[in-house]
Amino acid sequence: MNDLRLYLLQRGSAALMLPLIVVHLIVIYYATSKGLTAADVLARTRGSFAWGIFYTLFVLLASAHAAVGVRVILREWTGLAASARDAIAITFGLALLLLGLRAVAAVVLP
Amino acid sequence: MTVASSRPRTPRRHDAAHRRDLGWIAALVHRISGLGLAIFLPLHFLVLALALNGAAALDGFLQLTHQPVVKLAEAGLVAMLVVHLLGGVRLLLIEFLPWRGGQKALTLGSLGLSVVAGVWFLVQAL
Repeated sequence: MNDLRLYLLQRGSAALMLPLIVVHLIVIYYATSKGLTAADVLARTRGSFAWGIFYTLFVLLASAHAAVGVRVILREWTGLAASARDAIAITFGLALLLLGLRAVAAVVLP
Repeated sequence: MTVASSRPRTPRRHDAAHRRDLGWIAALVHRISGLGLAIFLPLHFLVLALALNGAAALDGFLQLTHQPVVKLAEAGLVAMLVVHLLGGVRLLLIEFLPWRGGQKALTLGSLGLSVVAGVWFLVQAL
């Protein structure tokens, strides 16, 4: 993917994540004000199709966004070769995607 | 004409005047908060995946979040998420909408709001 497409992916994923982050922040404040317990978290998410879609989308967008962001920071802050920067960013994005989808499955699947 | 005056000026590699500009600081904060979130996310996902071994396994870890020092760290994370969110909105507005004045006030407001979000989290979580 060329730099322009990566830039658009970065900005597009950011724009799409805005409402998701606002909802996530509301859930964070709500959940922690009651005292965070696994029972409360899982009662909300287990078997919920809506939360499943919400968090899956969130993980997809965050993985892409973070991978492109890390690539930019590596370019600005390190002297790594372009191929090494790309390899690190892609590996990081894929790891985030796999770990994220596994976490969604853990809290959503009944 | 002296030799000294004809000598090309040595570039100052560490000329840091621009680093006092609020826009530069905002860009730095955006990168640092993004990197912080990128480091936190895998850990967040690993903790949530403890639920694969049952609610008790997840609860065992969540007990830690009742410690004041962990709540302080969480407040820092919330502030980091808010500062990255607002910094991102700032970038999208600058890049995709016509230029508007008052950028410095908006930037300062974003930083202030992030601190408020973190403190608010701490107050209601404690």
